[in-house]
Amino acid sequence: LRRLRPHFAIAAALLAGVLLSAQGTPPAAPLLLLTREGRRPVPTTIQSGQELVALDDVAGLFQVTVREDTLAGGVTVSYKGRTAVASSDQPMASVNGRLVALPSPAMRFGSRWFVPVEFISRALGPIYDARIELRRPSRLLIVGDLRVPRVTPRIDVPGPPTRVVFDITPAMEVTTAIEAGRVVVRIGGDALDVRLPVAGAGLVEQIRPGDQATSIVVALRNAGTVIPTTTVSDASTRLTLEVQAAGPATPSLPPPPVVGSEPVPPLTAPRPTLQTIVIDPGHGGDDNGVTAAGGVLEKNITLEVARRVKTLVETRLGIRVLLTREDDRRVPIDERASLANNNKADLFISLHANGSFVPSVSGSEVYYLALDQEMEEARREAQDRSVSLPVLGGATRTIDVVRWDMAQVPHLDRSEVLARFLEEELRSRVPAAPRALRRAPLRALVGANMPAVLVEMGYLTNAAQVTRLAAGDFQTAVTQAIYEAVLRFRSHLEGKR
Amino acid sequence: MTRRRIILLTVGVVGLAALAFALTVALERVMRPAPPQQAQTSAPPAQPAPVRHITATLYYGSSDAQRLVEVKREVPFGDGPVEQGRQIVLAQLTMAPAAPNITVVPPGATLRSFYVSDKGEAFVDLGREIVTAHPGGSAAEVLTVYAIVNAVATNLPAVTRVQILVDGREADTLAGHVDIRRPLRRNDALVQE
Repeated sequence: LRRLRPHFAIAAALLAGVLLSAQGTPPAAPLLLLTREGRRPVPTTIQSGQELVALDDVAGLFQVTVREDTLAGGVTVSYKGRTAVASSDQPMASVNGRLVALPSPAMRFGSRWFVPVEFISRALGPIYDARIELRRPSRLLIVGDLRVPRVTPRIDVPGPPTRVVFDITPAMEVTTAIEAGRVVVRIGGDALDVRLPVAGAGLVEQIRPGDQATSIVVALRNAGTVIPTTTVSDASTRLTLEVQAAGPATPSLPPPPVVGSEPVPPLTAPRPTLQTIVIDPGHGGDDNGVTAAGGVLEKNITLEVARRVKTLVETRLGIRVLLTREDDRRVPIDERASLANNNKADLFISLHANGSFVPSVSGSEVYYLALDQEMEEARREAQDRSVSLPVLGGATRTIDVVRWDMAQVPHLDRSEVLARFLEEELRSRVPAAPRALRRAPLRALVGANMPAVLVEMGYLTNAAQVTRLAAGDFQTAVTQAIYEAVLRFRSHLEGKR
Repeated sequence: MTRRRIILLTVGVVGLAALAFALTVALERVMRPAPPQQAQTSAPPAQPAPVRHITATLYYGSSDAQRLVEVKREVPFGDGPVEQGRQIVLAQLTMAPAAPNITVVPPGATLRSFYVSDKGEAFVDLGREIVTAHPGGSAAEVLTVYAIVNAVATNLPAVTRVQILVDGREADTLAGHVDIRRPLRRNDALVQE
């Protein structure tokens, strides 16, 4: 008998296969269960046009108990004392005594009970702890309070220039990272409800899933500049990517206007004065910054405000905003300015909360770099800092050489302008310190090769300010002030052009 | 057995620290090839005449902690710029101000050593407490750094620039803000008239 055991197993497997095929065909794409913990496929089967799910699978996924109820003529699903009964002869279920319609009755194949997938959202949903939402077209079963925006990417104008439009409902924050040969679009939320891939046209090769649950990759071919524009309405966010051809821009007719989309900057438009901003949430990781009474930490406040600034500036102004840290981690101080330099950022704003030896001191301060004598000398020489290098073919090319620890020197005038704008905008919204516009040899600013300032939002050594700094309305006020200052600074730059 | 191990360990750590310090000093001399006798390290204070005093300018915070205030104080006399500098830094670290001025140095701050290079650069080597006990924030850090820098640069004519070291090494900052990787000049803008 022992020798025969493998044969039994094979026979059983074959039988199971036959039974399964008798039960129906698997759907084209699996139903995907999304929870806070992650995502997993839910096995379903199509039987005479109905998509069915086995109740024992449901029991495993949702920790419910399933019991055949011959008296009631169906199956009972119970969860924490609440029950839903799927009828085996009527296309409906009784949920806590109320009837809900289903596309088909519960069906039994062999020893397993099957119900239409709608049973999960319509019958199990009402008796379950968490919200259960079934999105059949996008094959998603969302459990819990997840934000899963619907995203419809499409190529609006093949061009070139090629225009790609992403409509995101409900409105979510969107960021774009323009990389070599592709644009990575990151959308807020926990997962995306999107149908990919989308076939390419014009300069776009394909739109496909990114490597994260909330990212989408737009693969480009032969593309040059990409200009992202974000517009936000109450209900949705629209991201438009204007992809221009590589090489010298040939004058071409502007793309035909499309109803319902934002005006697109003409091809000949100069480079936007502000394309990328780096926000630097001070401290992080084992460096708490100022520790206030009650466990309020500077590093957490700076990160929270940085995130708010990113969302506001990106969605309202369509400017790319990078954070020097996205979470609670230590980032060496020089890497912060390096990130801005490497991404060719147009502005660098470091966020901090202040400390004092005197508890009564309070208010916001804005700093820009103070130079020592050595740097003053370097500043005078700053006009003559270009170097000619030979390039392939015998010609020479002039490049700017910047000593990294003096990178800030040529930008000081504009840093001061930005600091003034910030100081004024902060003063009109939150309390300002007695000397609110200040200069100091700050390490975070020295290496930044762009206008750079440091904002001390308030004093965490002042008891009254601790509660305020940790509160949402104060953080919103600071965020708004930074946003307005960025806006003013952009106008200032455009006025000078 | 364990006690002996602790003693050995202590000796080892102290030895390493001494070696590190010696290396720093040696490097300092190597990096600045100039008349060698000008780079002096702090020697133990001269034994005689501990009662002599000089009047030095020390720096405290204004009552609103916005600026530095210059205050004349009696500090012990030191023989030569290095010993005098040491006395001034010690006074700056430990002497409490008269109201309404405030101290801008964290409590418990210690001076490990003090030396002056031939280029007129003073090196103030502070113990780790200056970092660990600091309240943080740009405003407080600016006051701490420049109270020490100004005190040394104002009272020692031979010194034009002052670099703060922590635990015998160059430090980036005390609390994450003020760049102290290089010697700093006196800051007059911060001083209240």
